[in-house]
Amino acid sequence: MIKRNEDIIIQTVTRLLTPFVQLFALYVIAHGHYSPGGGFQGGCILAASFILMAVANDVAFVKRRLPERLTTALISAGVLIYAGIGLACLMLGANFLDYGILHRVLPVDAVKARALATLGVEIGVGITVMAVMVSIFLNLLSAGRHEEGAVE
Amino acid sequence: MKLFAFLAVVLTGAALIYSTFDMPDWGDTTSPANAHVSPRYIEQTLNETATPNAVTSVLADYRGFDTLGETTVIFTAAIVCIMLLRTRTDD
Amino acid sequence: MTNMEFIIGKYNYWIYIVLMMIGFYAMIAKRNLVKKIVGMNIFQTAIILFFVSIGSKKGGATIPIIRAGDEAVNAAQYINPLPHVLMLTAIVVMVSTFGVAMALILMIYRKYRTLEEDEILKPGAET
Repeated sequence: MIKRNEDIIIQTVTRLLTPFVQLFALYVIAHGHYSPGGGFQGGCILAASFILMAVANDVAFVKRRLPERLTTALISAGVLIYAGIGLACLMLGANFLDYGILHRVLPVDAVKARALATLGVEIGVGITVMAVMVSIFLNLLSAGRHEEGAVE
Repeated sequence: MKLFAFLAVVLTGAALIYSTFDMPDWGDTTSPANAHVSPRYIEQTLNETATPNAVTSVLADYRGFDTLGETTVIFTAAIVCIMLLRTRTDD
Repeated sequence: MTNMEFIIGKYNYWIYIVLMMIGFYAMIAKRNLVKKIVGMNIFQTAIILFFVSIGSKKGGATIPIIRAGDEAVNAAQYINPLPHVLMLTAIVVMVSTFGVAMALILMIYRKYRTLEEDEILKPGAET
């Protein structure tokens, strides 16, 4: 069994650092149009903050903040947002993932509608990547038992 | 057995290095990869998608289908991990 | 073209091929399953480096973020965004395949109590 990490320095620094890591991740997702960034990168940074919590404390610490039910729902929700934006284009009469047609439901012109739909897609990708990374990490860390950590 | 593997690796590497003699030089602006479709992405990304970052516009707009497929791949990977590993003991 | 120019134009590919062959050797010669997976990751890293190097342009080209107020955009000023997009998704897929491979290896370990390939293939190794 891996013992719970009781190092006060690591736990305090992690607690102080985590909000800034998550804020930076949201910035990377939201600012992906104008600077290097986007859903994949921001999702990975967001997942890294939760993995940092799991490494510094234990699995139960992360599961109290991000329940397994929520993680599994978010994995599907991201793909649903992405495919839903594509299907919305299909409903309005354009091709699948042809975002220009969304100017009929958004208060902007066709070119700006493409940028907005791109943002929506990036958010969906970010949600999926974050949830997938956290889920895979927690499952591998504890061999699927989600205890404090397990050794085969 | 290790010698056989080493021989296979050396042969494959030699064939690949021989194939690079026909590749374009590093940083060649007229190579097919740089001249075929990517100039259009760079020149039209502001006009067509209002997104200055060409990587984002290609990722989510021009090649949205590709990214949807990749998202589905990582979704499937997570589901496979959960199905293989997760053991419920609480209920 | 002189010999030196030829080497300068191509040596980045040779570095990636050496890296790729290191991964390939680990995949086919090592007995341990985890070492094979590490070899696969080295192989994929070599491919990612190869793709990104294809997108580079000489002559002061910068990252593909169009500067504001640049009406007539010259494609020679910005590096090729396409390989970066493809490899961005490939990196995330690489991580997820690594996760699936590790899950499968964990299941193999639970069944055989070993990760050495020749011990797994021995008859009667199943526990």
